[in-house]
Amino acid sequence: MRFSKDHEWVRVEGGIATVGISVYAQEQLGDVVFVELPAVGRQVKQGDEAAVVESVKAASEVYAPVSGEVTEVNAALADTPALVNEDAEGKGWFMKIRLADAKEVDGLMDAAAYKKHTEGQH
Amino acid sequence: MADPGSLKTTPLNALHRSLGAKMVPFAGYDMPVQYPMGILGEHLHTRSQAGLFDVSHMGQARIVGSDAAKQLETLVPGDYQGLGLGRTRYSLLLDDKAGILDDLMATNRGDHLFVVVNASNKEADLAHMRARLKGVGIEYLEDRALMALQGPAAKTVMAKLSPGSTDMVFLSIRDLKIAGIDCLATRSGYTGEDGWEISVAARDAEALARALLAEPEVKPIGLGARDSLRLEAGLCLHGNDIDPTTTPIEADLAWTIGKRRREEGGFPGHAIVMRQLKDGATRKRVGIKPEDKAPARGHTPVADLAGATIGEITSGGFGPSVGGPVAMGYVAVQHAQPGTSIQTIVRGTLRPAKVVKMPFVQPNYHRG
Repeated sequence: MRFSKDHEWVRVEGGIATVGISVYAQEQLGDVVFVELPAVGRQVKQGDEAAVVESVKAASEVYAPVSGEVTEVNAALADTPALVNEDAEGKGWFMKIRLADAKEVDGLMDAAAYKKHTEGQH
Repeated sequence: MADPGSLKTTPLNALHRSLGAKMVPFAGYDMPVQYPMGILGEHLHTRSQAGLFDVSHMGQARIVGSDAAKQLETLVPGDYQGLGLGRTRYSLLLDDKAGILDDLMATNRGDHLFVVVNASNKEADLAHMRARLKGVGIEYLEDRALMALQGPAAKTVMAKLSPGSTDMVFLSIRDLKIAGIDCLATRSGYTGEDGWEISVAARDAEALARALLAEPEVKPIGLGARDSLRLEAGLCLHGNDIDPTTTPIEADLAWTIGKRRREEGGFPGHAIVMRQLKDGATRKRVGIKPEDKAPARGHTPVADLAGATIGEITSGGFGPSVGGPVAMGYVAVQHAQPGTSIQTIVRGTLRPAKVVKMPFVQPNYHRG
């Protein structure tokens, strides 16, 4: 699993990146009450606003950590947005992106580097 | 973000930190936005049990003198000369165009009015009162804390810690001993629930808060849940829902203008208020219920079914007790009737919504 500086995670299998927000990010947001997901088929570039996650208090953008075509979104979040809190790095995934450039993944942080990144934010 | 070193603190700051609160700058103060329970849990706890809120950042003042009510009436449309001893009334500080400078609660204490104003406006409000009120003293009560105990179990807690206090009715005040501490409490609040707002000497604030929090029904509640609770209760937040660009009529607060005040006038903007009462205003504050799951927050544009802009949301978010999004805002009067279908424009997407009556939850005030 790799992480972006904006707190998205990426897990790559067979050229498809599953994307979500980190456990740290969901802790900062608090109770997630709504998730707006991109249309399947949309082309996103690394750093584009790809989704919106809303807590009771505020709406926050979720950026595409990698470029490519959105092939699937997590339909379960429509009825159960709390999955993002309960299992951020598992059942609370947001979308799958067919990688346009696998090298982008190498530029993301590994778990140890990401942990350091979040500790720097306190 | 403001430099934390420049922020003011309330007498409960150390307690908030010891309870694990997430602190944020608000109106120049270092305030708890939530505790480890989280906004959703804190909101629901307040509706089912009781929550304790630190609102010491708000301004508490006394207007002292035999003419206090008469003088305050020169700045607000509320009837304070007709307000009974020990009773509290909500009103609005207006400018000459009937714009709302602030909202306030003022209580008849016999030889003075006890006034509570918003944190963000308190300096401006005090300066305004000092400049405009004649023959009365304005005392800012800087050494007092203010906390609110809110929720259906508030009366259970008060029955235990302040025997005899629970026969107080909504919008009345009494000097009470709560857990042995001298307090000045009104039966009022900002959540739509029964409860008390309790003014206490700063030096006693932490002991009082600890005594209240020691009761099993009571949990500490932050500003996040305070906002979602008041939104569901349909209550205005000055700076969001009312401000100097909105009049009491546009804001659907005509009920705050006493009959005698309408007839006699003598408050700023009286002519404008009377004209809008007679002819109607061009826009009105209404409840807005999004019909899908997307919250529509402040500044979200509101459109008619053809997509033409008809107004704007001023407060909106997720209502935990409603279990979905809730909002309020201003729409052109022809769309202000409850039941009217409208649309919100959330991040460029038109979403269905309805104009609805507020509050979104049934109030639980103790009217006696």
